[in-house]
Amino acid sequence: MYKAYETGFRNQSLSFKEKFWGISFSYVLMIVILAAVGAVMLYSAANGNWEPWAIRQIIRFGLGLAVMSVLAFIDVRIFLRYAYLFYFGVLGLLILVEIGGHVGMGAQRWINLGFIKLQPSELMKIALILALARYFNSVSLQQIESVKGLIFPAMLVMLPVVLVLIQPDLGTALMLLFSAGAMFFAVGVQLWKFGVVLLGGVLSMPLAWHFLHNYQKNRVLTFLDPERDPLGAGYHIIQSKIALGSGGVFGKGFLNGTQSHLNFLPEKHTDFIFTMLSEEFGMIGAVFVILVNFLIIAYSFVFALRSASYFGKLVAIGLATNYFLYVMINISMVLGLLPVVGIPLPLISYGGTVIISVMAGFGIILAVNTNRNINIGKD
Amino acid sequence: MNRDNDKGKVLIIRSLILGGVELFLLFLLVFRLYYLQVYQADKYATLADENRISTRLLVPPRGIIYDRHQQMLAGNRQNFQALMVAEQTTNVDDTLAAFQKIMPLSAEEEKRIRKDLKKNRSFVPVKIKDNLSWEEATQILLNAPDLPGIIIDEGLSRYYPYGDMFAHVVGYVSAVSEGDIRDDPLLEVPGFKIGKSGIEKLYDQDLRGKAGNQKLEVNAVGRIMKEIEREDGIAGKSVELSLDVRLQRKAYELLGNESGAIVLMNVKTGELLAFASAPAFDPNMFTNGLSSEEWNVLQNNEKNPLLNKAVSGLYSPGSTFKMVVALAALESGIIDRQSRSFCAGKMVLGNHTFHCWKDIGHGYLDVVQALQHSCDIFFYETAQKLGINRIAEMARRFGLGVRTNIGIENEKSGLIPNTEWKLKRFGEPWQQGESIISGIGQGYILVTPVQLATMTARIANGGYEVYPTFRKMTDGRALNLKSLNVSPQHVETVRQGMYDVVNASGGTAVMSGFSFKGQKMAGKTGTTQVRRISMKERQSGVLEQDELPWKYRNHAVFVGYAPYENPKYAVAVLVEHGGSGSSVAAPIGGKILKYALELDDTNQPVD
Repeated sequence: MYKAYETGFRNQSLSFKEKFWGISFSYVLMIVILAAVGAVMLYSAANGNWEPWAIRQIIRFGLGLAVMSVLAFIDVRIFLRYAYLFYFGVLGLLILVEIGGHVGMGAQRWINLGFIKLQPSELMKIALILALARYFNSVSLQQIESVKGLIFPAMLVMLPVVLVLIQPDLGTALMLLFSAGAMFFAVGVQLWKFGVVLLGGVLSMPLAWHFLHNYQKNRVLTFLDPERDPLGAGYHIIQSKIALGSGGVFGKGFLNGTQSHLNFLPEKHTDFIFTMLSEEFGMIGAVFVILVNFLIIAYSFVFALRSASYFGKLVAIGLATNYFLYVMINISMVLGLLPVVGIPLPLISYGGTVIISVMAGFGIILAVNTNRNINIGKD
Repeated sequence: MNRDNDKGKVLIIRSLILGGVELFLLFLLVFRLYYLQVYQADKYATLADENRISTRLLVPPRGIIYDRHQQMLAGNRQNFQALMVAEQTTNVDDTLAAFQKIMPLSAEEEKRIRKDLKKNRSFVPVKIKDNLSWEEATQILLNAPDLPGIIIDEGLSRYYPYGDMFAHVVGYVSAVSEGDIRDDPLLEVPGFKIGKSGIEKLYDQDLRGKAGNQKLEVNAVGRIMKEIEREDGIAGKSVELSLDVRLQRKAYELLGNESGAIVLMNVKTGELLAFASAPAFDPNMFTNGLSSEEWNVLQNNEKNPLLNKAVSGLYSPGSTFKMVVALAALESGIIDRQSRSFCAGKMVLGNHTFHCWKDIGHGYLDVVQALQHSCDIFFYETAQKLGINRIAEMARRFGLGVRTNIGIENEKSGLIPNTEWKLKRFGEPWQQGESIISGIGQGYILVTPVQLATMTARIANGGYEVYPTFRKMTDGRALNLKSLNVSPQHVETVRQGMYDVVNASGGTAVMSGFSFKGQKMAGKTGTTQVRRISMKERQSGVLEQDELPWKYRNHAVFVGYAPYENPKYAVAVLVEHGGSGSSVAAPIGGKILKYALELDDTNQPVD
């Protein structure tokens, strides 16, 4: 038997001071750097104005910092305890917007809290990760490797995925699937099961295609052949590539991106902000942003591996993967490697909910790191 | 516990793989960036510029067309149009209503404007009304406070100050059409006009000038952000013509309401001084686009105003052809200056009788007298002896049946028949009777007025190969004219005959003769039948010309030159269905030649 103090494991909560010094300030610094890059780009997107985007983004980031800090000080065991409650609460909200969305005009994806529009699907990304982590923490490897043991977590995944799909928000649904899939992989689900699911997915593609909205079909087709409709759906990808390519190594200079400032580049302040950055700051700016993101994700994995608790590890891996998916999908999309699915680049793209949810994720990752020596039981 | 340990180990191994894959994928993005931003950077930089830079052509002002004394025949006039920029109005309807108070718009116009406004983005100027005069434009500008969003745009439009007087020579410009050769980017500019006829067409390349370039930075919806570069074009070259406004006006006035043509040319240089075809049309109508109604009126006029009769009208030369027959006969030795022949008023060949215009006959005549009296029998006999081929050869030498290539579109070559032609055309041999009537310029023979003027000039200058041209010759330039290889003596004989036509008593154009400071005119009249006079009609009495409908009346022809000594100008006058050459065409020829001499005498170019 181990002795807790010998290995550094402990069960009592940390003091405030311990928690404060437990925070990884280099991690926070990288986050702040990305947010600053975002504010600068939003300033440029508005042709050199703080209004209307940059100033609001800074305020939201401030709010996000607050959320992150609060979460960073919370004991990991609290997350474990309330994981299911949080999950089902968010699921309820999802159902609520689904109903509200149908009652209201068109597809509504958010709940208006006045100062911020809350997207339950965004919260679900965190809720699902916590719920799955709690479940996998509680079961044995045997159960994980059995089919029966996967029914409940599969349910946890599919319920929100279906709700988000009918919103319809293909991008978020795919992200939920991917981050859950990553967690299934991490806990040791056999590869052949992924194979089966993948095969099932491929086989049901014609059926899924049938359920896709026309604009989604167009996006996929346009991704496969952007020149198909150069003035319509392919326009975004073509113009994005032109903006990026014409930026060259050193870029056209701050506020000098012709593609962005003459409005050839669509959505330059949201989904295509990375393109604008690459046009104005060239490959150097683009590689810098990728590098910082690379470090944030690498740090997150290090935090995960350093954590003593299975739950803590899994939560950090899930959240890191979730963040990775944002970055990877957004950049691949603007580089013409993936269809345009409407995933923003967190911390840089303009948008309220994403920044809050991503910052919340960072807060939890920081908490996992701070509480890395705390041992957690199976329940 | 053991299983739990395994569970933890699995998580660690799998996490390492997952993290490794994620970081590796992120790393791969750098390669994609390299591909786009380094490898394909040039391609995309070009595409970005293509997006951003819109090149517009700047239309240079069209060259001016002048007469020989710097009188403007075709120029550019300032032209205004009212445009509306929707985004600058407070309300499109209010502005339109206010505009209508100043200048009413037809329902059709308003419909077009609304359609254009809907079609274009709100910053795009939409045409409200064009071809506004300076006064109208000023009126709109004075009311500017009530017309938010209305702007006045200034441009140039082609203008022909002399209207229809030069319609057929100077021609007109019109919008580029399907068939035009697209050899110049200017032709793609909306609203660009090119020369469609006459000198405007002939010298179009010179008159057009070279397009300028304007590089503009535009945004995605086409709004102009700024001008990047501007390179002004080169204005079209001006063209100076051989024509003289005063002589052209005179020619045009002399034709009056008749249908016909006058060609006046310098016998030594070939410079055309007057080149009129009547009736004409106002070329200014074409600049602003012709309505189908206006077009139909022009098309259906029986006097055919759209036809340039000087080059495209085909006529029998009639008696004006007799000089050519006389020269052919003299050159071939069939007759000489002294040979006389008897005219009894008619001549019989087989069962066909050929009549002289003078029923009682002319009695004995030599060639000069035959020309003076325009005796038909003399030329019937001469032609019969010559045969058509020798006549044809001489006619061609003097420019008949040969296209002059002065550069006016639709020039006809006319027709000088010979035996070979007849066989080819009809598969039948040439008949002697056909030679006989060819002797008086009837039958198959067809010429254009410009060919008649050329023939006359070549006789007047003593038998030299002069060609008509619209190009103004610089003064003092010695023209090295080629001889037509006709004996000067024989030409002189024909010139003598032409002199007597006008100046000797009994000549067919005596009434038209003049003496201006001792300078006289020589010439030859012609009256060509448009219809055949039947045997029956000849017996019952030939109908008088004014009893016939207009289109069956004879064509009146006159060719002449002056001064007789040291000739300078040759003229060809043709009046369609005008009656006789001596009473209708010769007076016109006399007047214009005299006027040309008078102008030379005063030697005062118009101011």
